[in-house]
Order: sequence, then C-alpha cells, then structure tokens
Amino acid sequence: MEEMPKAELQALQFKYLKTLVYRLYSFSPFYHERMKAAQVHPDDIRTLQDITKLPFMYKRDLRDNYPDKLFVGSQDELVRYHVSSGTTGKPTVVGYTQNDLDNWATSVARALSSIGLGRKDVIQVSYGYGLFTGGLGLHYGAERIGATVVPASVGNTERQIELIQDLRVTAICCTPSYMVHLAETAQKMGVDFPKDTRLTTAVLGAEPWSEKMRQRIEASTGVKAYDIYGTSELSGPMFSECSEQNGIHIWGDLAYVEVLDPETGEQLGPGERGELVLTMLQKEALPMVRYRVGDLTSYDDSQCECGRAHVRISRITGRVDDMLIIRGINVFPSQVEHTLMGIPELGEHFQIVVDRKGALDSMLVRVELRPTAFSDKINDLMALKSRAAHALRNSLNVAVDVELVGPGTLTRFEGKAKRVVDRREI
Amino acid sequence: MMSYTIKQISIFAENRPGRLAAIAEALEAENVNIYAFSIAEASGFGVIRALVSDPVKAHRRLTDLGYAVSFTDVIGVKMRDQPGGLKEVAQVLGGAGINIEYAYAYSGRKEAVLVIRVDQVDDAIKAIQASGGRLLEERELS
Repeated sequence: MEEMPKAELQALQFKYLKTLVYRLYSFSPFYHERMKAAQVHPDDIRTLQDITKLPFMYKRDLRDNYPDKLFVGSQDELVRYHVSSGTTGKPTVVGYTQNDLDNWATSVARALSSIGLGRKDVIQVSYGYGLFTGGLGLHYGAERIGATVVPASVGNTERQIELIQDLRVTAICCTPSYMVHLAETAQKMGVDFPKDTRLTTAVLGAEPWSEKMRQRIEASTGVKAYDIYGTSELSGPMFSECSEQNGIHIWGDLAYVEVLDPETGEQLGPGERGELVLTMLQKEALPMVRYRVGDLTSYDDSQCECGRAHVRISRITGRVDDMLIIRGINVFPSQVEHTLMGIPELGEHFQIVVDRKGALDSMLVRVELRPTAFSDKINDLMALKSRAAHALRNSLNVAVDVELVGPGTLTRFEGKAKRVVDRREI
Repeated sequence: MMSYTIKQISIFAENRPGRLAAIAEALEAENVNIYAFSIAEASGFGVIRALVSDPVKAHRRLTDLGYAVSFTDVIGVKMRDQPGGLKEVAQVLGGAGINIEYAYAYSGRKEAVLVIRVDQVDDAIKAIQASGGRLLEERELS
C-alpha cells in the first residue's frame, strides 16, 4: 500500500468514496439530511473530483449531536470510545469499531515504519493514556510494527529518563514541549542523551511546533525529531513525516486531502496555504466526510524522495478558529466562557493568558469579579478563585491559574473580542 | 440609642501600581476623610478596608467608578496608648471565646483604637463593656 503508484491510489480512493457515500446516504440520518439539503445524490459522485459536491462537516456538528448521534451502526459494533474537549460544555465523543482501531493502528504503524522504526526499536510512549487518543494511538501502532513499547504515559519526568536509560529506549513519542522539558530535566540530572542513552528518534505532535524548535531539540538531544499529526475526530494521531522530514504523508487509502480557502470554501492548489479538509475513507463508527479540521496547512502531491506517492501536508502553522492547544489538549475560549458563566459571582469579561514556563505551557484566566459578589472576607474570595480554577480544570482537562480582577478592569472590545494573549514562542 | 457598630467600607483592588492612589483620589474628590485603613493582600488581589468620615458617600462614589465595594460592621475598641494596651483588649475577647477575623489599629488624637471584625459582634460588645473597656461610637468619626 505504501508504495502504491498515484493512479492506482486514486482509483482506490474513488472506490472507497463511492462506498462511503452510499453507506452514509442509507444509514446516517444526519448526512442523508445534509446531502438532501445540498441536493446531491450518491449517483452524482462519478469521479474523485466530484467530492466537492458533498457537504462539509464541522466540529460543531459533533457538539450538536452529542454524544453519539452521528455514529453509524449499532452499539454492539463499538469496541472503544475516546473523548476530547469540544467547543463549549459538551466534549467530543469518538466511537471505534474493531476495523476503525485496526486502521488506526495500521496508519500509525506505517508512519513509524516510514521514519525507519521497526522490531529492534524500544519505543517509549509518553503521551497520556486514557480518554486522550495520544497514548493508546501510538501504543498500538508501535506494537503493530513489532517494536517493544514502554507505556510511560505523562508525568514523573525523572523516572521517564531512568526508563530511557535502563530499558535502552531508542524512540520517544510525546509533545514537542515535553521533549524540551525532558531534555532540560536530563541535563539537571547529569544525563547526556547522546552519551548515556540509545535514543535516536523523537516522534512529536499533538501541539503546533516550528522548524526552529525542531532544530533546537535535535541540537540539544542529538535525536532526529519527526512531526506526527492527527486529531481525535480522525481517530487520533495517524500521520507523520517520513525519513525525509519533508511533509506529513496522509495515507491515501485512509484519507482524502483537500486544502480550501477558509473564507470561500474554494479548493486551493499544491503549495497554497489554507484550511485542511479531510474525508476519512474507511471510518465506520464515526464517518467524517469533508471534515473542516480547522488547521492551516498546504499540500504537496508530488512523489516524495522516500518513494511514496501519498499526498504530504506541510507543518501546521495555525488555526482557522481560536482553538488553543495547551500541553497537547485542545482548549476553546468558548469553553472557558461557558464554564465561567456557570459561576454567578463572576462577571462576563475574561482574558486568557497563555505562556510557556520553562518548557511547559501555562494558562492563566483573568476574570472580573461581579461587584455584588464582593465579600470583605479574603477567605471567600480565595474560595471563589479556587472554585473557578477547579471548574475550569474539570471542563478543560488542563490545569488553569485563575486571577480575580476588579469589575471593569479588563479591556472591552467593540468588534470581535480578543480574549487570548498567547506569549508562547514555538 | 448608642451604636457601637461602625460601617467600614471594603474595596476590592488588584495588586497593581496606582490602584490605591486612584481610590484615595476618588475619596478626596468627595471630601471624604480617611480615619483608619488597612490593606489585606492575597495572591494577585487585595482588599482595602477603611473607616471614613462618610461611608455612604464613599460607597456611592466608588461604586459609580466601577469598584466592587461593600459595607461591613466592625467595632472600635479604645485602648490605652501604652505598653499592655493591646493585651488588655485581646485578653477580654480571648476570655469570652471571641475570635478576631481581622484587625487593624490607629492612633487617634486622644487615644489608640483597635478596629476589629468578629463573627459575634454583640457578644464582643458585651464582653468589652463588661470588662470596663470603652468602645468607639460611629458619630465620633464624623
């Protein structure tokens, strides 16, 4: 599959697309309605290019159909759920059939092989295990290539470094910021990665990072760093750069890539930057057709030096919306607003300040106190503050500092509110 | 009837240069005199508490300016302005099982006054009076 020529790959994509559209038209009430509204019938899809006739799916569709109204098929076909944060109070739930899990593992396995990893490697997975897709996604992909997996999950950095040494770990999967943190901690412990470990490879993703950061990581640790991409709606982390480190291969039998002008919805050509739109060609439980991922990128459909014809996308450079990624977790300002509005003592004005302390992201929410809620007692105010921090922690799955500010002290915006101050340099 | 509870105004203020000056300026503009005040500091914010010549006027002005302001009943216990003065007052309250939530003092023209905030205001007034202590009346402030 990986070496399949472009023409064959496109023929296969068309076959999968036809099947997908017929299936959704017949079994997905949601997408059936959407196709009706767009006046498109499965028979109208006669070439791969006809995909542009199909209506889009958006993140908000997942929220509006919480938890599982977009699922196709019955409950007994589901073998797993993952849950990530949505745009407001409700999270996004993704269900998987056994085939979905197999395709996901296959996708990650191909990605890891394209980097050059295999049976001889010991791969430490330092993404969170659990509802978040990072840990289990990399875990099953790494097992699929026959590598030895160290399911380290997140936290306890010193122990992670000991494991890297003692278990002769050759590759690590984590967020780029955690990699920087690992390197700094190792230095404090007197561990020199090139000399004291066998680590040669880092597979980094779940948050945006830059070429500059890659150079920094590679220079300070001596490992080769590769970009891996995915979101929970697609299944999880799925696609990565190959050994060429020149674009992320999107496996054509699993996903069809479009890059659109986010304003007009027009398709853009190779090299033109726009919004990534993906159609998951084989997904069963939660089908995604022309899904507006919201990430900004460009594509390259020329043959890669590595020999693969699968389309490559460039490093993600930003978002179409205001989604933030804090320590690998998606955070929408609308979620913050939703949570704060649930606390009557707080006003409606708030500001999010994101920074990077050392290597780790920090998030501060400054929120105005409602004048009528002011208590002369410091303890009451401290309790209010920790109640807000706790509520935000619960809904965002990220630790948040809260600062109470006086009524009327935050800047008011006449047009679109600029509630986020991002001081991170990536 | 004599009132021994005094209206204190409390103002929420962030820990930022210039906040206190702005509040003091607003009170000056209303010709409100500050007799005693304290700043309690927590992480990132503070509460300014003050006894002023016209708490109602001060409250109105600061509220109009957008501040979070509240009234709190406190009592003012007159102390001997000599070594041991504070001890006498504190012993009386301690002996009566009354906990002081917060306190601050000022040294007036005639005598020193300890301003205290307690949960059981009436019990505190009784205990002070029973021990022969003297309390500040609100009208003494204006």
